[in-house]
Amino acid sequence: MPRQLNIFIENRPGRLKSVTEILSQGNINIIAFTIQDRGDFGVMKLLVDKPDVAHLALADKGFACVLKDILVVSIQDKPGNLNKLASLLLKHNINIIDTHGFVIEPGNRGICCIESAGAENANITKILEKEGFEVLGDKEISEL
Amino acid sequence: MEAYYWNKELETIDQASLEDLQLKLLRDTVQAALKTPFYRNRLKKAGINSGDDIRSLQDLQRIPFTTKDDLREGYPTGLLAVDLAEVVRIHTSSGTTGTPTVIYHTKEDLDNWTELVCRCIVATGATREDVFQNTMSYGLFTGGLGLHYGAERLGMTVIPVGSGNTRRQIQLMKDFKTTVIHATPSYMLHIYSKLNEFKIPLNELFLKKAYLGAEPYSENTRRKIEEFFHIDVYNSYGLSEMNGPGVSFECIHKCGMHTWEDSYLLEIIDPKTTRTLSEEHEGEIVLTNLRRRATPLLRYRTRDLAFIHKGKCKCKRTHRRLSRITGRTDDMLIINGVNVYPSQIEEVIMRIPQVGTNYQICLEKDGTLDKIIVKVEIYSKLFTGDIRQLDTLKAKINEELRAAIIISPIVELHEPGSLPVSEGKAKRVVDSRTKL
Repeated sequence: MPRQLNIFIENRPGRLKSVTEILSQGNINIIAFTIQDRGDFGVMKLLVDKPDVAHLALADKGFACVLKDILVVSIQDKPGNLNKLASLLLKHNINIIDTHGFVIEPGNRGICCIESAGAENANITKILEKEGFEVLGDKEISEL
Repeated sequence: MEAYYWNKELETIDQASLEDLQLKLLRDTVQAALKTPFYRNRLKKAGINSGDDIRSLQDLQRIPFTTKDDLREGYPTGLLAVDLAEVVRIHTSSGTTGTPTVIYHTKEDLDNWTELVCRCIVATGATREDVFQNTMSYGLFTGGLGLHYGAERLGMTVIPVGSGNTRRQIQLMKDFKTTVIHATPSYMLHIYSKLNEFKIPLNELFLKKAYLGAEPYSENTRRKIEEFFHIDVYNSYGLSEMNGPGVSFECIHKCGMHTWEDSYLLEIIDPKTTRTLSEEHEGEIVLTNLRRRATPLLRYRTRDLAFIHKGKCKCKRTHRRLSRITGRTDDMLIINGVNVYPSQIEEVIMRIPQVGTNYQICLEKDGTLDKIIVKVEIYSKLFTGDIRQLDTLKAKINEELRAAIIISPIVELHEPGSLPVSEGKAKRVVDSRTKL
């Protein structure tokens, strides 16, 4: 499974700059990111081309960060497709803990990143692919 | 003017008679203390094997001091001097770390405490006609119950509302025409700041007097509160180890707090050398209770700093007057009248694995009330990447701190290495409150 880099950051001026500075020094390309905010702190979640390098670079600077297995699904960008994906996950008892998505080719292709409980055990990749979704691995992600 | 004293004979006792009484009561207290494992051991080392070994008040100097740590180590029964069946109430308070301290009271102990509180209230000119609203916490904290029973015995109309819920406090003050209020100075200022919001103008209140204590405040704050409410403010001093409120209280002349010397032996010492200081010299207050039988404490170091006023009071009470509390000899924090030690907070933080070893305690004013912010760092290795873990952690720290220090802090989670590193716990406390 591909991995997402989750970082604990305080919500105060300069924190995003510090994180991105370290990543840019390591020549890391950010493919997507989102922040779960709790007012005074949050968890920043990054999809990057070199997750291990990024993780080490941030941990080295003292950041509390961790790599988490996620499901990255390529979806055709048209009405009803996210619903179809969510229905499939529900049907197979996969609980979505957090998710974020982005459109990579408008009208054609979107990417959905899913942190879930249960996906690692279920043979979900095959099920999704059978239904016409493309499930991405580290290599495909780095080429996005 | 007879009603002006509660116990005229004892309140105006002459020096020689007072000393005779003190000596007799000190002997009884030492005799009682010898029943406890703690004092038996300690007094024997000092060559005191019975109350009769105290031949004069000078012999007090032979008795070693008792500290908060002694009480903590003696918890729960090391300083209990009577059969538990004789005990009718206990009060506990937080120790400097996780272990609390406990004071036991017999029926007679409570009765004596209540008598002293009656003296205090009467000394301020209040009578049974007054309506007394008690905004101090009830329960294990002695502030609420202590004044409560004195006010009841005097025959005042008592409103035992306890702390908090300012809207209800003000409504009660208005509806029942409260004339005397017992509060912390910061809560009194808080009530004032809320009058407008609750649309109750001052002229709909009947307040005449406020008894303010549990936290240090200045003469300026007294004047400010007196002017705001058009009332008289009386300073009150007490500590749970010495029962609670009722140790020292101001009379109508408001020139220092009469300390009931037929019930407490009062000493002021230099906290460094432990040498006794004379009047008008500031030092640590040391108290011995003379009338408490369940938990007699000898030469208890209060850690509160003050001095004794010189001269006689116009009220003719002969009991010496204590100044305002000017500070502490330790790092104890007073937060909305509640005593908190930084070490208690540290203890809680250190037993939670998901937080690092660095922390900071910040004290700020929220209006006139205090707020405490506890900042902790996340421990990188135990971070799971899940925000719900952080929510749970924050709630857990809050809950455990509330259990340890009674008040609910604001907990902030910080990145590893982001809080200033400091050596020594005192520096971990940032107190930016303006002094009252």
